[in-house]
Amino acid sequence: MKKILLSTFVILAYAGYVIHQKTEQSNIRVIPPRLPSNSFSSLKSPIPTPRQSSPQYKDGTFTGVVTDAFYGPYQVQAVISGGKIVDIIFLQYPNDRRTSIEINTQAMPYLRQEAIQSQSANVDIVTGATQSSLAFRQSLQSALSKAI
Amino acid sequence: MKQTKILMGMPISLEIIKCFDKKVFDRVFDYFGDVDHRFSTYKKDSEISKINRGELHRKDFSPKVREVFKLAEQTKKETGGYFNIARPDEKIDPSGIVKGWAIFNAAKILKRYGFKNFYVEAGGDVEVSGLKNKKKWRVGIKNPFNVEEIVKMIEVSSCGVATSGNYARGEHIYNPKTQLQANEIASITIIGPNAYEADRFATAAFAMGGKGIEFIARQRGLEGYMIDNGGIATVTPGFDKYELHR
Repeated sequence: MKKILLSTFVILAYAGYVIHQKTEQSNIRVIPPRLPSNSFSSLKSPIPTPRQSSPQYKDGTFTGVVTDAFYGPYQVQAVISGGKIVDIIFLQYPNDRRTSIEINTQAMPYLRQEAIQSQSANVDIVTGATQSSLAFRQSLQSALSKAI
Repeated sequence: MKQTKILMGMPISLEIIKCFDKKVFDRVFDYFGDVDHRFSTYKKDSEISKINRGELHRKDFSPKVREVFKLAEQTKKETGGYFNIARPDEKIDPSGIVKGWAIFNAAKILKRYGFKNFYVEAGGDVEVSGLKNKKKWRVGIKNPFNVEEIVKMIEVSSCGVATSGNYARGEHIYNPKTQLQANEIASITIIGPNAYEADRFATAAFAMGGKGIEFIARQRGLEGYMIDNGGIATVTPGFDKYELHR
């Protein structure tokens, strides 16, 4: 009896989950990390200062090419309004491999963005990158060359 | 009591609540000294330097070096190859994982002594345990464009926080896949269950560039705060539970 109850529960839970996933899929929204299109302009100034304004894009809905995230294909549609990204729609995202299935059992992450602002420094500890990190850079460079 | 020493080419700080025994501090600093002596790529007599000169056979590697190599291999798999301690010249450089691993082990030493409330910080990465004055520890994230400034304050207890970034100017790493700059991000800060997890995922996520933060968002038990070169921060969904709102 216990077994029957348990398996009924598992089946119901799975059905609920599938329905939940189906309803989720239609309206997945992610605010992406900002596009790197303006990253070169910051090279001109020796120390880049934070800019408040977003890059100017043409208004409309734009479909991206299919790109290969390292765990599967990705294709997104960007909705631009007033020169800014207002929405990103996922047309394709990885769902065929085991690792990808694991990834998709979690909802696609919603990534909030904000302009950085100076805060009062009333802290116990400070976290930041080490400045003299030659070894780190070498390691990173090698990692990137292996990541091709 | 709080103490700072320069070891492994970086400042290492310890604060241990209700500890007035200098020997405890010395024990932890000695541990970092040992790690440096074994893993330094600069010291000619370190075990890593010997391995890189081909003077040590695999069967003669110490258990600590074996452990770090095993962890590095595991991290490489978990990050799709974005973490790698093997350099193109086939030399080994474990610096992207050793710092967090050493902080994690130093914290274990203090726990074995019976201390519950402390932090161990090395070169901007930290593991905190327990509380200070009955409050969580406050950690500030440095402004990558002005290292005198804090741009985010978080409150943490019993976890690790690590930041990877490239603050110095004129150092650009190119992704050979795209020939584009890999470092369109200025820094990424990771909160994890301990300093080892935070450090290795910060290293890998930084190497991934702008998509590193999405990778972090998909990892259970990790949160991240990424700052791009335009001064915009991208934040994982669970990060705000650590944020100290003014």
